[in-house]
Amino acid sequence: MAIDVIKKQKGAIQLAIRDEMTIYTVLEQKQQLTEYLKSARQIQVDLAGVTEIDSAGLQLLMFIKQESTRQSTQFTLVRHSEAVVEVLELLDLVTHFGDPIVISADWTSS
Amino acid sequence: MTDLDATLSIFSQEAEQLLADMEDALLSLEANADDSETINTLFRAMHTIKGSSGLFGFNAVVAFSHEAESVLDKVRNGERCIDAELISVLLESKDHTAKLIEHCLENNNAPLPDQLADVSEQLIRKLTGNHTSTHLPSTTPPSILESEGGEAIAFDDNWLISLEFQQDAFRNGMDPLSFIRYLKTLGEIKRILTIAPTMPSGNDMDPESCYLHFKIAFQSDASKQAIEAVFEFAADDCEIKILPPNSKVDDYLKLLAAQDETQLRRLGDMLVMIGALTENDVRYALMSQQSAQNSPDQAANKPLGEILVEQQLIQQPVVEQALLKQEQTKQKIASEANYIRVDAGKLGQLINLVGELVISSAAMNLIVERHGLNDAGEVAASMNALVSSIRDTALELRMVQIGETFSRFRRVVRDVSKELSKDIELYISGGETELDKTVVERINDPLMHLIRNSLDHGIETPEQRVAAGKPAQGSVHLNAFHHSGHIVIQIADDGAGLNSEKIVAKAIANGLISADQNLSQQEIYNLIFAAGLSTKEQATNLSGRGVGMDVVKKNIEALRGSVSIDSEAGLGTTISIELPLTLAIIDGFMVGCDQDRYIIPLSMVDECVEMNPSECEIDEAEHYINLRGQVLPYLRLGEYFSKHKKADKKRESIVVVKCGQNKAGFVVDELHGEHQTVIKPLGKVFENLKGITGATVLGDGNVALILDVQGLIQAAIKIPSHSHRALNSIPQRLLQ
Repeated sequence: MAIDVIKKQKGAIQLAIRDEMTIYTVLEQKQQLTEYLKSARQIQVDLAGVTEIDSAGLQLLMFIKQESTRQSTQFTLVRHSEAVVEVLELLDLVTHFGDPIVISADWTSS
Repeated sequence: MTDLDATLSIFSQEAEQLLADMEDALLSLEANADDSETINTLFRAMHTIKGSSGLFGFNAVVAFSHEAESVLDKVRNGERCIDAELISVLLESKDHTAKLIEHCLENNNAPLPDQLADVSEQLIRKLTGNHTSTHLPSTTPPSILESEGGEAIAFDDNWLISLEFQQDAFRNGMDPLSFIRYLKTLGEIKRILTIAPTMPSGNDMDPESCYLHFKIAFQSDASKQAIEAVFEFAADDCEIKILPPNSKVDDYLKLLAAQDETQLRRLGDMLVMIGALTENDVRYALMSQQSAQNSPDQAANKPLGEILVEQQLIQQPVVEQALLKQEQTKQKIASEANYIRVDAGKLGQLINLVGELVISSAAMNLIVERHGLNDAGEVAASMNALVSSIRDTALELRMVQIGETFSRFRRVVRDVSKELSKDIELYISGGETELDKTVVERINDPLMHLIRNSLDHGIETPEQRVAAGKPAQGSVHLNAFHHSGHIVIQIADDGAGLNSEKIVAKAIANGLISADQNLSQQEIYNLIFAAGLSTKEQATNLSGRGVGMDVVKKNIEALRGSVSIDSEAGLGTTISIELPLTLAIIDGFMVGCDQDRYIIPLSMVDECVEMNPSECEIDEAEHYINLRGQVLPYLRLGEYFSKHKKADKKRESIVVVKCGQNKAGFVVDELHGEHQTVIKPLGKVFENLKGITGATVLGDGNVALILDVQGLIQAAIKIPSHSHRALNSIPQRLLQ
């Protein structure tokens, strides 16, 4: 399973994506994420396992952000992987998502 | 001639030209009333006439043209609108100005006779009389550029790049991120805005479709072409707009200012040349302009510049500057006058010399060849190429477009149709077709005659037309086109057509034909070219006196041309005039029979065939050639011209010639190939020779005859076959 549920309690859910987020995976990921979105009031997504992200994956994150804003669900991203940070910075979207990013010392670039 | 006389003659020529321009402009305004360029031309023409008349103290002209000029100035500034009435007053004014100038020139600026002064006054009253003043709606100020998000992202030194990916972009293997990463290699992304304004919510959102749009402020020294090249692969799946930085605008303006003014360019080309736009930008803008034109919404019709600014491809000031520059160039070209007046005699002399040059270069080639001078051969070849391009250019000097001649008839049609109270429109096509100036000059009168005929005899009155189920407005088409080395001029009307019964009756009455003659339709039509034939019961002052058509035919034939008529009762008449392009030098094809050389105009040669039974056979008895199953009449040039039969059967070749619809084969002994031929007229003595139109001097000093292909084809058709002759000789009773 590409998306693991780490913790689930009373409308709050913590997820971890442990796969690439690319055009090849977004269809499945979108279905799962929207499913969780229906029931939860708070969603936290761990991105540490996202090894690769392309435009489609980024778009999916933007979509989930848009949807959660629409139904006033709290949506946070944590533990951004290096790949995710690179893209968010390239496209100047860090402020758009508004989540604090922790930069690991192990990363080779940026 | 004194200096003053010389200047006066320049003045009169200039005024004539200006007035002709004015007439053209006025007539085109009738069709398209808000063409500001044309109105400017009108104004400038009047203004110049006023100015130069002032120089010579022609006060009558100045006083009158001043009034006309002020009216035109008002029109130009949008204070007065131009309508059919004003146009016709202006046309009258133009004629009147011509008369005034003529009067001043001829009578040494004597005071105006009463009659002219009266007309002046009347026209001035008409010109300045009551008119409704209109104000052109002021153009709305251009909108300020801003990003679609509403947030102004215009940094002065940055390129603004807008990328709107299509939904299929992902599926087509595009990853927008990779383009942006690549873009970073060219410069620095100062600011990027990633938005997905069209992304639907819930289930409608397809994660495999692309909804992403990017607005990028980009700092780079790269050219627009280079930046566009980054997105080259995405071009099909992405709408790309690249707006140059404001700081570049100054560069563009400078480049525009430095652009040379010798050539008029289109707006798009100018902007591409200075690098402000890429060819793709222009192509897309033109495409959207075209699709807007097809839509019924009039407001959607916008000039290219406006579209470019609207699509945020370029800043407003650059477009404005480019348009200004374009206008300047236009004016500069107009003021520098594209033409130099050259004495026709000098031009004739030049053409003659070029003719001699062609001959002597042929002679030189011959000698180079004969002596086998290899190294000289190369020089000779390059000189040959030069000589032939000099020949072409020299001949082009005499070529003029027939359009000017055609557009003169617009006035004729307009005036005549008013006079006859008919509603007739003249349509002109092929005005850019070029032909020799001498031919143009001499075709004018015949054309005028034919058009008047069409207007008077051809087109019916509006009542008759409506009764016949045709639109009340009649039309006359003037068309010109090139056709196998000739120019064809057609005058087609949609009138009543020729009435063959009337023509025959009249011809019998005039004794042109006898009552029992059986004529083909074509022969009947040709009767109208006979002297003294008119079917119009009542002669008008336009036509119908039965003189003219014979003169028309004679004039055209004098130009080595031909004229034919095609007509259908109730539907109209088409008259086609076929004329040779030039009268001086042609590309010829040289053939030989015995010792004689002949030139066939190359444009008329269809093919050359060697006589061999598998391809081509001569049937002597029936007098035809069987060319791959095609039957052609033929002529043995040697026999035709020297009248003695050849005994020995040498190898023969056939040159298949074509003239209009007719084809024939000329049987010759030798094929010599292409030859630049300077036509030398044969002179009065040989005027009546059949089958020959001229002669030329060959490089070796010999003379070759230029064949009249049309005449020879007719001759070939007319030679009766032997069996036919035999048949005729059989007494009639045996056949019954």
